[in-house]
Amino acid sequence: MRINPRHTDKLMSAGLSLQALFTVGILILIIAIIFIKGFPYVTAEFIFSYPEDMGRLGGVFPSIIGTIFLGLLSIAFATPLGIGTAIYLTEYTKESTLTRVIRFGVESLAGIPSIIYGLFGFIFFVIKLGLGWSLLSGTLTVAIMVLPTIIRTSEEAIKSVPKNLRTVSFSLGATKWETVTRVIIPSAAPGILTGIMLSIGRAVSETAAVIFTMGSSLRLPTSIMDSGRTMAVHFYILAREGISMEKAYATALVLVLSILVINILAYYLMHRMIARYS
Amino acid sequence: MNRRFINKDALIRLVLLLFALSSLLFLFTIFVFILSEGLPLFYKAGVSSITLGMKWAPTKGYFGIFPMIVSSFMVTFGALVVGAPLALACATYLSEYAGKKTKIFLKPSLELLAGIPSVVYGFLGVVYIVPLIREYTGGSGFSILATSLVLGIMVLPTITSISFDSLMSVPAAFREGSLAMGATKWQTVYRVVLPAARSGILASFILGMGRAIGETMAVIMVAGNALKIPTSLLDPLRTLTSNIALELAYATDDHRSALFSTGVVLLVIIMSLNLLANFWVKRRVSR
Repeated sequence: MRINPRHTDKLMSAGLSLQALFTVGILILIIAIIFIKGFPYVTAEFIFSYPEDMGRLGGVFPSIIGTIFLGLLSIAFATPLGIGTAIYLTEYTKESTLTRVIRFGVESLAGIPSIIYGLFGFIFFVIKLGLGWSLLSGTLTVAIMVLPTIIRTSEEAIKSVPKNLRTVSFSLGATKWETVTRVIIPSAAPGILTGIMLSIGRAVSETAAVIFTMGSSLRLPTSIMDSGRTMAVHFYILAREGISMEKAYATALVLVLSILVINILAYYLMHRMIARYS
Repeated sequence: MNRRFINKDALIRLVLLLFALSSLLFLFTIFVFILSEGLPLFYKAGVSSITLGMKWAPTKGYFGIFPMIVSSFMVTFGALVVGAPLALACATYLSEYAGKKTKIFLKPSLELLAGIPSVVYGFLGVVYIVPLIREYTGGSGFSILATSLVLGIMVLPTITSISFDSLMSVPAAFREGSLAMGATKWQTVYRVVLPAARSGILASFILGMGRAIGETMAVIMVAGNALKIPTSLLDPLRTLTSNIALELAYATDDHRSALFSTGVVLLVIIMSLNLLANFWVKRRVSR
């Protein structure tokens, strides 16, 4: 029996939209579970107090501070390098073997799994350079890890700046560098910021690379040579060692909420970038 | 005065070039340090006794990681079986069927799914999926099945977004031509658009595999970490990544070297997958 193609067409159209709906459903389900289970335990006290008894009691204040420092410091290292690379690749050179090799390097860095970054950071920063389990070791490791994200998004953003802005700037007698810093970067800023936000998100949610470089001390890190425990690492330890389900859900809620805010901000910025030049 | 400008620009160009080379330097350093820690053990113990060895007791001189290599590939395959069809359906829906408004909502949702920390996936796997499997099948629940389900969801965003890009790069004329011949929308998608995007879709599967095989924390939480080759879907297993993460904190001497050797094997697999994906994408571009 031959099925009428029009029926197949309707069926597949419905099937595909159902599957898309299902996928969004998974996302909503994950967020809903974390919110419902975690919400009762997230209080001001939980956020602003220190953990006690391995995290069984008390709050996550040192982890929040550790996470914020890790996120901000790692992008402080990665952003200049990333934007510099993007500017070089788009404005200062033509496609050549060298740019292909650099792009290959960036792609490869992006493909390396986080546990390999953890191994590398552990042997290089923690042991060989003698930085120990510290905020600095964690920061440098994560900075290398997020570099490809910043390079790629900056490159895309710079490429989307219209050609005639450059032409006008040059015709007014500006040098290449003046054009880059006064015209191109400001125009590409929302796109570049998207990359930075996504990188912070990556630093916040990372566990494997952070646990072996920054360690898992529960104390508040007061210098970059101190060990610390980010929220993701704290959550991992709470959940894996079965220390406290309540605190695990509460930590997960704070973690997921931060990721949500960071990502939504990133998309808002990307949207502005697209709206500006299309 | 003109000359001074030229010099300044040349200096800036040089500095930017050094910035750009930093990525290569990092990649090089990572390789050098992983290899220099991991390779000596291959000479000492023999390549085959590590990669094909069945027994892992690193403090007693047994460094066999063959069961972990097999396990890693098993869950990666499982993740593809779970995630790839769903991801391809999402990508197809997004590029061919979704209206503008749906797209604006759907695409960020998928990327948000990618942003959720892997520990959260692992945790939800332990709390919801593992007990479900335990209830229906007996056994511990920590299994290939649980790991594949969790990883399948985690590779969804990767596969969807790359497949979506390759579907979008199929020229509109292909679709218009097919529709003009009287084909239905689905016939157009199935016979024209999907085949035209085939290489990009394959590349997305391979990159999804790379994501699954490199995933660590979620896998540790749901895989059960047993040291043998799993023989059924319900057997627990230990992957290459979890082997490293489980033992790195306390390993010393040859034990630590063995973990770096595990890292070397993982790195070789990942780089091969990336090269393979690159090859497919390049071929699409040249066509």
